[in-house]
Amino acid sequence: MIRIEPRETTSRLWNIGVPILSAVIALGFAAIPLALAGANIAEAYYQMGRGVFGSVFAFTEMLTRATPLIFTGLAATLAFRAKLWNIGAEGQLYLGAMAAVVVGTGAIDAPAIVLVPIVLLAGAAAGAAGMAGPAYLKNRFGADEVVTTLLLNFVILIFLQMMLEGPLKDPMSLGWPQSEPIVDNAALPRLLDRMRIHAGLILALVVAVISHIMLSKSVWGFKLRAVGENAAAALHAGIGVKRSLMGAAIVSGAVAGLAGVSEVAGLKGYLTADLSPGFGFTGIVVAMLAGLSPIGVVISAVFIASVFVGADSMSRAMGVSSFLADLVVSLSLICVLIGGFVSNYRFVRTAKRAA
Amino acid sequence: MEALEIFLNVNFWAASLRIASPLIFGVLGALICERAGVLNLGIEGIFVAGAMAGWMAVWLGAGLWGGVAVAAFAGAFFGLIHAILTIPLGLSQHVSGLGVTMLATSASYFTYRTALPDVSSPPRIVPFQPLDIPILSDLPFLGPVLFQQTAMTWLAIILVGVVWWVLNRTPLGLAVRAVGDNPDAVDAQGLSVYGLRIGAVVVGSSLMALGGAFLTMSAFDAFFFGMINGRGWIAIALVIFASWRPGKALLGALLFGAFDAFQVRLQTQVGAFVPSQIFLMAPYVLSIIALVLLARGADYPRALLKPWFKGQR
Repeated sequence: MIRIEPRETTSRLWNIGVPILSAVIALGFAAIPLALAGANIAEAYYQMGRGVFGSVFAFTEMLTRATPLIFTGLAATLAFRAKLWNIGAEGQLYLGAMAAVVVGTGAIDAPAIVLVPIVLLAGAAAGAAGMAGPAYLKNRFGADEVVTTLLLNFVILIFLQMMLEGPLKDPMSLGWPQSEPIVDNAALPRLLDRMRIHAGLILALVVAVISHIMLSKSVWGFKLRAVGENAAAALHAGIGVKRSLMGAAIVSGAVAGLAGVSEVAGLKGYLTADLSPGFGFTGIVVAMLAGLSPIGVVISAVFIASVFVGADSMSRAMGVSSFLADLVVSLSLICVLIGGFVSNYRFVRTAKRAA
Repeated sequence: MEALEIFLNVNFWAASLRIASPLIFGVLGALICERAGVLNLGIEGIFVAGAMAGWMAVWLGAGLWGGVAVAAFAGAFFGLIHAILTIPLGLSQHVSGLGVTMLATSASYFTYRTALPDVSSPPRIVPFQPLDIPILSDLPFLGPVLFQQTAMTWLAIILVGVVWWVLNRTPLGLAVRAVGDNPDAVDAQGLSVYGLRIGAVVVGSSLMALGGAFLTMSAFDAFFFGMINGRGWIAIALVIFASWRPGKALLGALLFGAFDAFQVRLQTQVGAFVPSQIFLMAPYVLSIIALVLLARGADYPRALLKPWFKGQR
């Protein structure tokens, strides 16, 4: 008989090694669909690498893609640490983007030093509200936040389409459903000339560091983690579980909202209903790959963004469907889950007949 | 009132049953998994996989029932992945399920794109046709509503009875329910907790895949990206509405189908005054409201979400 038992200690090497190994294995698995698609495998990997590291522009494009993933990865991390299953980052991202458009397209006339913080705050507040709702329904009625946040994604996306065909629509857009452009004073500045990389990345890194400090060093973070590890024990220890869950929800939603602000005010300059190709969901993979560590999120967001940007470029060069990237990303999630099991448990051989 | 006249319309009732059919498969599948103690959030992706695999099998020349079998097999495959991750390995059912949804969705999209690299309009198959049962289908009202549905709708309705019977009237069903309530007791009986749970998740997942297959092989005749559009998540909400009972699952799916069919028809009547998106939002909002109202009284299977390891109490 083989029995499974928890390891008493997990080594640091395992904790860092497992995600890296998972990422490498997932990339390796990509060879199977590549072969099935009849592509030259070595050439495909070469093209993917070139798409990320081949030029300064390619590299900055990858960092531009990583920016929203850092935000959504942090949003998932902050909620999941409290075992609050926020699967609604996609919707909260759009709420943040809508708020940014509401205040940042000319409604307020102010210098950049005033307007940019207003836009950021509005987006964060909208995202926070988007997660505070499900958290309230969970605390008050016991409604499962997994299902409510999943379904709210659809409600918010449809609401966005309604706004883009109505009040938020740009009258100059010739019938195309898109918002008016963000005014210059509300835009996040570009970091390099002739590149799309923008100050959203700096903001994302700052938020990652703040999240790390809040989770690891503050009483707030301690309570949040206690609720996540054992809600009953936390309650017994006098921690306000509902209050902690609401706190996690607000912070997680706010960070997801910032992802939307960053994409609208930093990258695109206006809002359309296809602003995010699933950044909210990919953020969950980013967070799990990072072992729910805010600093790890930055690294895993860079990895996932590399997969997407590399696969896009490979797809253009070789005609292999760029859905390959989504396949690799989902495989990395599954690999890291299995890896997490291997580092937390061990198989023990027991005598066939118990004495 | 014109709005009330909708309820007298034969097409409305026929449409309700048609919209309910994929959800019946989905709710039954999710219910079997959860009764055995495993939440399966892979459902959304398994719907996609079933829709794609069933359609593609038919497109490649398998018969319609061959397509149904292929869809069920695809569902079982992705269900097995979820089962292995969550049952013997005991990993988070939430995260594993979302991972399976992402994997099944991307694998289906990749396969479709690779098989059909540059089609602008999705190719069509000849889908299941409405059954034309002699005499019965000529009945006024009931005829068109009940007896001119496709064979897959009937399969869904029959499966409600089968699942109810197996769960409530057979030793196997008793064991499946027990494993979701008190796995230690099942283990003490000498039955395999792992085996029962894995079996339930695999069977449940293949039913979910049939829900997807219904969309590409009965409701429509083609596969396109984004066609599942949250139906899997709605099925998860309906399981709670149904308190994990097959009969109530059928009722919930039918109510949902009727509501959806109603809003589409209402839209044509008052569409000029109300933005169409309000109607599109309604099914999701309705699911959330139902969930909130019923959450307190929900009688969750007691071992739902709790991993169980042999030899550990």
